[in-house]
Amino acid sequence: MTRWSYLPHTSQDRLAMLETIGVAGVEELFADIPQEVRLRRPLRLPPPLSEMELREHLQTLAMKDRDYEQTLCFLGAGAYDHYIPSVVGHIVGRSEFLTAYTQYQPEIAQGYLQALWEYQSLICLLTGMEMAVTSLYDGATAMAEAAMMACGITGRNEVLVSRTVHPHWRDVLATYARDRAMKILTVDYLDGVSNLTELSRLVNDNTAAVICQTPNFFGCLEDLRGIGDIAQKQGALMIAAVNPISLGVLEAPGALGADIVIGEGQSMGLPLSFGGPYIGFLATRDKWLRRTPGRIVGQTVDQDGTRGFVLTIQAREQHIRRDKATSNICSNEALCSLAVAVYLCALGKQGLRQVAELCLQKAHYARRTITQLPGFSPVFDQPLFNEFVVRCPISPREINEELQEAGVVAGLDLGRYYPELAGCMLTAVTEKRTREEIDLLAGLLKEVSA
Amino acid sequence: MRSSAALIFELSRPGRLALDLPQPDVPEQQLEDLIPAAYLRSEPAALPEVSQLDLVRHFTELSQRTFGVDSGFYPLGSCTMKYNPKVNEDVAALPGWTGLHPLEGFRDTQGALQLMYELQQMLAEISGMDAVTLQPVAGAHGELTGLKLIRAYHRSRGEEHRIRVIVPDSAHGTNPATVSVCGMETVEIKSHPDGAIDLDALRAAVNSDTAALMLTNPSTLGLFEKNICAVTEIVHAAGGLVYYDGANANAIMGLTRPGDMGFDVIHFNLHKTFSTPHGGGGPGAGPVGVKKILEPFLPIPVVTQTADGSYCFAEDRPLSIGRMHSFYGNFGILVRAYAYILTMGADGLRQVSEDAVLNANYCLARLRDVYHAPFVRHCMHECVLTSQKQNAKGIRTLDIAKRLLDYGVHPPTIYFPLIVAEALMIEPTETESKENLDAFVEIMRQIAREAEENPALIIQAPTTTVVGRLDEAAAARKPNLRWKPAG
Amino acid sequence: MLIPNNLKYSKEHEWVRVEGNNAVVGISDYAQSQLGDIVFVELPELGATVTAGKRFSVVESVKAVSDIFSPVSGKIVAVNDGLNDAPEKINQAPYGEGWIAVIEMSDSSQLAELMDDTAYADQVAKGGH
Repeated sequence: MTRWSYLPHTSQDRLAMLETIGVAGVEELFADIPQEVRLRRPLRLPPPLSEMELREHLQTLAMKDRDYEQTLCFLGAGAYDHYIPSVVGHIVGRSEFLTAYTQYQPEIAQGYLQALWEYQSLICLLTGMEMAVTSLYDGATAMAEAAMMACGITGRNEVLVSRTVHPHWRDVLATYARDRAMKILTVDYLDGVSNLTELSRLVNDNTAAVICQTPNFFGCLEDLRGIGDIAQKQGALMIAAVNPISLGVLEAPGALGADIVIGEGQSMGLPLSFGGPYIGFLATRDKWLRRTPGRIVGQTVDQDGTRGFVLTIQAREQHIRRDKATSNICSNEALCSLAVAVYLCALGKQGLRQVAELCLQKAHYARRTITQLPGFSPVFDQPLFNEFVVRCPISPREINEELQEAGVVAGLDLGRYYPELAGCMLTAVTEKRTREEIDLLAGLLKEVSA
Repeated sequence: MRSSAALIFELSRPGRLALDLPQPDVPEQQLEDLIPAAYLRSEPAALPEVSQLDLVRHFTELSQRTFGVDSGFYPLGSCTMKYNPKVNEDVAALPGWTGLHPLEGFRDTQGALQLMYELQQMLAEISGMDAVTLQPVAGAHGELTGLKLIRAYHRSRGEEHRIRVIVPDSAHGTNPATVSVCGMETVEIKSHPDGAIDLDALRAAVNSDTAALMLTNPSTLGLFEKNICAVTEIVHAAGGLVYYDGANANAIMGLTRPGDMGFDVIHFNLHKTFSTPHGGGGPGAGPVGVKKILEPFLPIPVVTQTADGSYCFAEDRPLSIGRMHSFYGNFGILVRAYAYILTMGADGLRQVSEDAVLNANYCLARLRDVYHAPFVRHCMHECVLTSQKQNAKGIRTLDIAKRLLDYGVHPPTIYFPLIVAEALMIEPTETESKENLDAFVEIMRQIAREAEENPALIIQAPTTTVVGRLDEAAAARKPNLRWKPAG
Repeated sequence: MLIPNNLKYSKEHEWVRVEGNNAVVGISDYAQSQLGDIVFVELPELGATVTAGKRFSVVESVKAVSDIFSPVSGKIVAVNDGLNDAPEKINQAPYGEGWIAVIEMSDSSQLAELMDDTAYADQVAKGGH
C-alpha cells in the first residue's frame, strides 16, 4: 500500500512541486538533519489498516470492555453516569466547532466565541459568582490552579485542604505544589465532614486558602458558610469545589461567601469516557480577574457598533507574559465548554432542578433500602446529595467480584483511599438509575452477603 | 453580511423546555426533610428556557459563524491544522470507550488498557524514547509533567539546586510560563538571527544549576537545528537534561527521532501531529516520552502488562511525581491518535512528514518573490515570511491577515516568532492538495498586488465577515464577561 | 514623538517631573506608542516604599504588558486613580493626565542618574534601548 486517503498528492504532483522548489528530490529538503541522527530503518509499527479494517479492529478492542450498556454501574467518586441529551452530541459534533482552533481571528470565530461567552455566563449563574474563565483541564487541575491563584492574591503560601476532598484531586494538588513554595496541610474529618475545630486551629496568617468540596468525596454536604467564615477571618480565601448538578437544589457557593468556585464539569453533558476528556471550571470575583488562569472571552463591538466577542485580558497569559503568566495553560477543553453550555441550555432552569431532585431522591431511596439490609449500615449521619457511604458485612471488593457475573458494580471500596474506612463502600445514584435497578442492587447485595 | 447572533438568554421564555425528563419512580420525601434549609438554593439558577428547536437553531447558527479545517484552508503556523479523519470520530464514540467508568476494575477495562499500552509503545518508537505517559491533556500540561520529571530526577541525585531552565528567545511563551509554574527559573538565551542556537551563548549559560534546556526542533522558525548533537552534548556535559517541545514534530516522523538526537524528554501534541481535532482549543492530549533514567518518576498510575498478558494500572511507584490529572488523561483523544497511527503505519507517517515539508517549501518557493523571506534556506514543515515589502505602503501583517479572511482563508500565525518582525508563519500541512496550495498562493499574490495598487482594500479588511475588526481595547478596559439577568 | 524638555527620563522610558522634593512619574510618549492601546494600569499602593530601578507598577495593553520601574527611591504619596476608569489617558496625554504616581524622594541625588530630553531623544532614535 503506497497511498493514503489523507494524503492528496499524486507522484506527478510531488514531481511538479519539487521542480518549482528547485530540488531534485525531497531528500534535499531534509539536508539540515545531520546524518548521524537519521533513522535508517522504517519505524516499527503495525502495518497500516484500511478504514474498514480499522473499524473492525477498534470494535473488537472496545468489546473487551464492559461499558454501561452491559453493566449496571453505581460508581461515582468524581465521574458520574448522567443522562446526556441527544442535542449535545449533535451540536458538539458539528465540524466547524470540532475542527477549529483557538479564536485568534475573531471575525471568523464569532460563533465559537459567543458560545464560550455564554458558557462563562451559565457557570456564573450556576455558581453565583461574578466571572468565569473558559475551561481548565479537569476538576483536579482546576483546584491546583485555584490554589496557585490564591497564593498569588494573598501573597501567602499555605493551603489547607480538607481530607474529604477527592483523594486524586488532593494528589494532583500535591504534585503541583511540590516544586513550588506552596505548603499543603490536610484537615481531617469528623462524621464525614471537615472538622471545623481542627480547621480553626490550623488557619493562620500564612494561610492562602482553605479548600473544601461539597458534596464531598463521601457524598456529605459541607458547611460552606462556616468554613468560609473561618478562612476569611484570617484573610484566607475560601475555595469551594462543587458538583455542578447539585446546584440545581443546593445554594450557590457565591451566595455562601466562596471566593473561588471550581469543579469537575463532566456531569454536565460529557461521557464517562474512561476519565477524559473532562473539563475543569473556575469562577471567582471580578476583582481577581487579572489573577485568573486560562482564556476569557469578552463582549465588545466592531467599528460599526455590531456586537461581537473577542479573547480578552490576554496579558495574563503565557503568549504575552511568558514566565510571569498566571498559568501556563493554553489549549484547554474548549469543546467540553461547548458541551456544558448546550447541556445547561437543554436542561434549562426547570430541568436542572428536576435532574438534581431525581438524583437526590433516588440516592436517598437507595441508601434507605441498602442500609435496611442485614449487615449493611450507614457510616455518616450527614445530609447528602447523590452519593453515600455504607458499611458492608463483607469487603466491597468482594461484593464487586461476586456481582461481576450479574453485570453490576455496586460502588467504590473506600479502604483503598481511607484505611480507616476499610469495609465501607461509596455508592452513587444518578437520575439514570431506576427503582428496579436500585432494588436489583439491593437484592444482589443481600444475596452475596448472606 | 454584518450581523450579530441573538444570545441564548435573549431567546429564553419562562416555561419553555428543551428536554423531557422522567417522573420520579421512587417514593419521594420532602426536600426540607433531607437537606437543611440553609443549604438549599434560595433562587434557581436563571438558566435559559428555550424550546429544543430554538436551542438547535441557536447553536447551529453559532457553528455557521465559525471557521474550521472542514470550512477551508487553515495554515496556522505551529498548530498543524491537518485534516481530522471522520472515522476516528466514529471509533472514538464506541460505547466500549465512552461508557467506561474510570474506576471500573481491570477485568472490565482490558480493551481500554490495551489501547493505552499499545499507544505508549507506538509513541515511544516514533520518538525514540523508552517509556511514555499518556496522562497530560495538553502540550503545556505535558511540558509541566516533563519539567517535574526532570526536577524529580535531579532531586533523586541530591541536586535539588538545579532549577535553571534554559529557553531560547524564539521559544513559545508556554516554555517560560511552564518553568515558572514548576517553581523553576528561566534563563533566556539569544538565538542566531536564523533561530539556531548560539552554541557560545549556550556554553556560557550552562552551569551546575542547570536543570534543563527546552528546545523546539524544528525551531519556531520552521528550521532544523543543524548542531543538534552539539547542543544536547553541551547540556549533558553540564549535568542538565534536554527537553523536546513536540509542537513541530510533524516534520520529522520516520526521518529522525528526538531520542536519537540526545533528548531526554519529549511531549507530543496529539491534536497537532496525530490528527486529533483541535476542538476550538482542546481537548487535546500531551503525552510525554522519556529515556530510561526518568522512567521511575512517571506520573501514576502507569499502564503495564502483567505476566499473564493482561493489562493493569500500577500505582505503587515510590519515586513517581504523583498524579497530574483526576484520572488517566484525555482517553477519548488517545483513541483517535491510536486510530490515526494504525491507519498510516510506518511508511504513511514518513510520507506525512515528507509531504508536510514539501508543501511548506512549495508555498515558500512560490511566495518569496513577493513577500520578504527572512531565511535563504529550505524550511521544514512551516515557513516564515514577513510583510516588510508591504510595510512601505502602510500595510502591516495584521492587515494581510484580515484581508485573507475576505478570501475565505484562515490566516497564518502572525507576529510569531517574536524574533522576526511582522512575521507570517505558514504551516500548510500534508493534507492540502497542490491545487489548494496554488489557490492560496494566488490569493497571497493578489494581496501583494493590492498592497501596491489599492492598499485601502487591505486596511479596511475584512469586509465580508459577520463582524468587522473588533474593539479589543474596549473589551479589555471595560470587561463584559457574562450575561446579567435584568433587574 | 513628544519629549518635553522640562522632564527627566529613565532608560526604561519613565519620565520624572520634579516638584520640590516630590517626583511625578509617568511613561513617555514613545513608551505608550510602543505599547499600543493601554487597557489596565496596576497602580502602586499609597504609602508604599519604592526603590529606584525596581518595579512599582504594571501597564497592560491589548497585546503587551510592561513593568514600570521606579526612577527614584522614596514613598508613594499620590497615585492617579483616574487611570482605573480611563487607562487610555496614558495614550492620550502621557505627560499630563496620564501620570502614574507621585514619589516623595528619599535621595534626590538619584535624579542625576536620569537623562535629559536630548539624551533620551538620542536613545529613542537608536531604537529604544
